[in-house]
Amino acid sequence: MREFIDGNTAIVRAALDSGCTFFAGYPITPASAILMAMMRELPRVGGVAIQGEDEIASIGMCIGATLAGARAMTATSGPGISLYSENVGLAIMGEVPLVIVDVQRLGPSTGGATTVSQGDVQFVRWGTAGGFPIIALSPSTVPEAYALTAKAFDLAERFRCPVFLLTDKELATTLATVDLDAYPQVAVRSRATGEGGPPYRFDPVDVVTPLHEFGRGTTVRFTGSTHDEAGFITKHLPTVDALNRHLIEKIEAHRAEIEMVDADLEDDATTLVLGYGITGGAVRAAVATARSRGERFSGLVLQTLWPVPETAIGAALGGVQRVIVPELNPGLYRREIECIAGGRTVIGVERIDGELISPEQILAAVA
Amino acid sequence: MTVTISAPYRNDTPYPFCPGCGHGGILDSLDEALRSLALDPSGVVIVSDIGCAGLSDQYFSTSAFHGLHGRSITYATGIKLARPELTVIVIMGDGGTGIGGAHLINAARRNVGITVLVFNNLNFGMTGGQHSTTTPEGAITATTPGGNLEHPLDICGTVGVNGAGYVHRGTSFDTDLAQRIAEAIAHPGFALLDIWELCTAYFVPANKATRRSLEATIERLGFGRGVLFERPVEDYGTAYRAAAAGLPPRSRPTPIAVEHSSPLVAPLSLLVAGSAGAKVRSAARLIGEAAIRSGLWVTQRDDYPVTVKTGHSVSEVMLAPTPRAPVGGGVPDVAVVASEDGLAKVRTLLGRMSPDGLVVTLPAFAGIASPAQVSVVDPAAAPGRVPRASLSLVLLTVAMTRRGVLSAAALRAAGAGPFAAENLAAIETGLALA
Repeated sequence: MREFIDGNTAIVRAALDSGCTFFAGYPITPASAILMAMMRELPRVGGVAIQGEDEIASIGMCIGATLAGARAMTATSGPGISLYSENVGLAIMGEVPLVIVDVQRLGPSTGGATTVSQGDVQFVRWGTAGGFPIIALSPSTVPEAYALTAKAFDLAERFRCPVFLLTDKELATTLATVDLDAYPQVAVRSRATGEGGPPYRFDPVDVVTPLHEFGRGTTVRFTGSTHDEAGFITKHLPTVDALNRHLIEKIEAHRAEIEMVDADLEDDATTLVLGYGITGGAVRAAVATARSRGERFSGLVLQTLWPVPETAIGAALGGVQRVIVPELNPGLYRREIECIAGGRTVIGVERIDGELISPEQILAAVA
Repeated sequence: MTVTISAPYRNDTPYPFCPGCGHGGILDSLDEALRSLALDPSGVVIVSDIGCAGLSDQYFSTSAFHGLHGRSITYATGIKLARPELTVIVIMGDGGTGIGGAHLINAARRNVGITVLVFNNLNFGMTGGQHSTTTPEGAITATTPGGNLEHPLDICGTVGVNGAGYVHRGTSFDTDLAQRIAEAIAHPGFALLDIWELCTAYFVPANKATRRSLEATIERLGFGRGVLFERPVEDYGTAYRAAAAGLPPRSRPTPIAVEHSSPLVAPLSLLVAGSAGAKVRSAARLIGEAAIRSGLWVTQRDDYPVTVKTGHSVSEVMLAPTPRAPVGGGVPDVAVVASEDGLAKVRTLLGRMSPDGLVVTLPAFAGIASPAQVSVVDPAAAPGRVPRASLSLVLLTVAMTRRGVLSAAALRAAGAGPFAAENLAAIETGLALA
């Protein structure tokens, strides 16, 4: 059996299958379909969905609901991510699991509401004060939208942090044929509720204490301010240092658990085409076309954008001499590749007119 | 900081507030109110935000959340919606009623069952005595050196006229404050206490403010004191659950069975161009479903302006014998043009089509310039009248039938879903015209 569904619908289904019990969001093209579907479905499964008075309220409600035991998701587009900024920082500092869907549209500002873009790939990484690590995943197909939404819920729980899921107008609204067997089985990670103990632990530096929820028989304190393990505000230098190193190392020391790619490598490849998200379709098609012409190409479609999957990229770089990085933005992620490409030539293929990159456009860059 | 937890609500840490500040007295009243209600401390969540009042949660041994400036009401709303059985108390300053004003109004309007204590000392204390939304006209602050020109926000009136369940205004000097806080907590709906007090660091020295002048200012402004609104309202989250009780189970899309076949051996790209509001996308989707029923792999990419029922609506449908991801830049093999808006959008692409291509359109667009074969279909030749909203599906049926891509049986099966009568009529018209 097959179905004809779009990325937004796949995300909603994956969220429900991942135990999502709370959603708050504000209408915005092209993410509104997620809001509407969650408003329809969540009350049917014992959850709660609410349309906030704005994006700030929406993410704030998600944070509160999570601490009270919900598994929460919100969805918006670039202009809404702008308004999420301060609370993304709070979720990092407060160690609050949360899935944030960014259905990218062409910016800046209100930009092109119904126009595809990949312009937020650096914004989600650096869009809140402090520069601390975040996790961002980026599906390139509808089945991946399902799988990576489920993965986003899992990583949010595992690392107690906000996880971004970056899609775009085309993946969100383009209908695709999916075989029902293509959806992975989803396992829902349990929480250590009612166990007591401190709400935060910084020692060992990379270990994450499971979330203790409100109202499970012990008092719990959470805060967005610099705090000790009990959740009290502190300026004690060793404690401040331990807290901040913990926020970094809990992710950095476990990159292998987070880094995901779809690699299609040839041992003797001279050219690597590296993309992510909706551009992944053109990457795969370009690699197939080049090989049919007898050229030695590898393809790498990143599913994790942050942290940068350096191990997998390093393996794909192997003996290649040049890397083509197609993006629907002014070359924003290419700089990450340039940092690890050694002496190889890195060629950007960029479109910022609101149309998708074609496989021919990728191949023309090295013709 | 070493904190000793003492039963049941306050811990043993002394308050950090300035001598004469009202905050400590209000917190003592909150402690007294909690004692009178004898609530489980772990089920009480104090949500604070920023400013001196935002430090308050640290002096309680209840559960607590300390968040961002002006956003405490949003966190409290999320907590209460997720777990209506928790007692959720927001402690915010008058500053928060400015930066978080939208949250204040909307939580009141929804009657989320939280209790909001506004520690209203008429200025920003922690950051240096700047004016806030509640600073009275004429008052001297760090940012109104010549006297405040702005009218102060009537917090109680604002939440009261917007439906809040319980609204009270008083001062930190009131002897009944603990009782009023307990009433507010016990109220099922949104409850707010606007508690005026003295900021001895800034507002008092700059304005020679006293307990008497606080009370006189409330009087002069006509804001009122005591319980100003009290309504028998329900907590939003409780009402939400009651409303959800009768809903059907989670909806799931109907899977599509592959029970027909198509002779297609290479990918075929189909472009449908019409007007927004004329069912272009739903017609394209129906064709896509018919193709999936025929064993093909289909993607459908839509383009439309931000407006709803004006302008163009264009769908690109890729039909292929094997799975293919959508990529950009394609020139269609088959195009359907159903309106002037659509034609204007795709004219260039039509001009780049192959001579093997097919364009199916209406008599009005017979002059389309395209190397492809342009086939004009006149709906007036059909047996019955064809509604405008059915034109895309009629033309698509003609195009798919003439190309031999989809069988009549597959089209009819796909048309038998929602809006079956209209869709099946359009399909039959298309089959007749093909």
